[in-house]
Amino acid sequence: MCLAIPGKVISMNDATDFTRHGKVDFGGVVRQVNLSLVPEAQIGDYVIVHVGLALSVMDEAEAMQVFNYLKEIDALQELQEADSEVHR
Amino acid sequence: MKYIDEYRDADLAARFSKALKRITTRPWTLMEVCGGQTHAIIKFGLDQMLPEGVRLVHGPGCPVCVTPLEMIEKALEIAARPEVIFCSFGDMLRVPGAERDLLRVKAAGGDVRIVYSPLDAVTLAVKTPDRQVVFFAVGFETTAPANALAVHQARRMGLTNFSMLVSHVLVPPAIEAILNSPGCRVNGFLAAGHVCTVMGVEEYYPLAQRYRVPIVVTGFEPLDILQGVLMCVKQLEEGRAEVENQYSRSVRSEGNRAAQHLIQRVFQVVPRRWRGIGQIPASGLGLRPEYAEFDAERRFGVADCVMEEPSECMSGLVLQGLIKPTECPAFGMRCTPDHPLGATMVSSEGACAAYYRYRGRCAERQA
Ligand code: SF4
Repeated sequence: MCLAIPGKVISMNDATDFTRHGKVDFGGVVRQVNLSLVPEAQIGDYVIVHVGLALSVMDEAEAMQVFNYLKEIDALQELQEADSEVHR
Repeated sequence: MKYIDEYRDADLAARFSKALKRITTRPWTLMEVCGGQTHAIIKFGLDQMLPEGVRLVHGPGCPVCVTPLEMIEKALEIAARPEVIFCSFGDMLRVPGAERDLLRVKAAGGDVRIVYSPLDAVTLAVKTPDRQVVFFAVGFETTAPANALAVHQARRMGLTNFSMLVSHVLVPPAIEAILNSPGCRVNGFLAAGHVCTVMGVEEYYPLAQRYRVPIVVTGFEPLDILQGVLMCVKQLEEGRAEVENQYSRSVRSEGNRAAQHLIQRVFQVVPRRWRGIGQIPASGLGLRPEYAEFDAERRFGVADCVMEEPSECMSGLVLQGLIKPTECPAFGMRCTPDHPLGATMVSSEGACAAYYRYRGRCAERQA
């Protein structure tokens, strides 16, 4: 029940209080979502939604982090392997 | 779907698994706190991609599973009243009370409804002014902002027919209780990414420091969890005990301040009993006195109901990572999702149900 899933904001009203809401597309399923806790969210942004309330805006740059980490770890490995080749 | 599919790539998962095998020199036991992570681990078989000796034990992070029996009984009593429309998340309906569950109350004529959001329950209260609408507010910090917002809206609209049965729980005190338990074997934690999306990571620094355990805030997709494990094992291998954030695409270190303010406005920290574990000080949220009029326990006079757990279910040990579901003698025999003896067999995020669903009733026993 703690599931929170990412969806794309496709429209929003212009309220600035707790009634700020909009339509969010979850891979084809569109739902009304309260956007009052993510005032920075713009149309086109991806937000993390839990029980009808958006909790954060997805950070595009940070989203690459997992893949970069993997590259770093693999690069480190190659470096170590190359090292041991040299010192053999 | 964007932000989901790319984190399920099998080749990349295998690369994480290889990297993990490379850096692991000793056995380690990690606990994932959140039931959503438990579900993903068992569903995608992530525990089977880890090096020998690296074990994942499943923590108490399923609010359905830890809601105490007495709270279920209160829910049943309120839901059975003729004037009440009782609203709940779907997973709570089959949680066994002492003798029945919410589904049985519904079958007997109780008006029990599944809602997607507490905000929907408020809308229902507006539409049905002659009925009492009660929302069963369970959940961790992730769910607290939505529940707080529902109460706040009910206040703003002057609703007198809306109330909440609140059984909110908090993650950091549960982690601390597990670390303090004498049988604790956990070397590091994967903290729940969505809880931290709301609360930030600051609460975890003193825990990591005091108990010398690495805590990695982790997401919910396979690659997230594998990276979380990798970061945690790396810390352990290097002798570090720090708070790290794997799930930075959603978690800012300060969390969502607006959400925190809303929670603080409506709720206060209270002691809470956890099903199968017992009382943990300052481990829950209850309504502030200013919002007492929305307290369903008060409105329906069910505040002082105390109950003891039946003894056969070992979910308390499961929830603390002390045994795996399959080590419970009732697992898959007397206890199945159709006839659950404990809440961990009910919710899809409960460890017992996850094992039953994805591993079958016998597979893991043999393993
Ligand atoms: S298998 Fe059933 S009885 Fe055993 S711990 Fe899990 S929920 Fe309780």
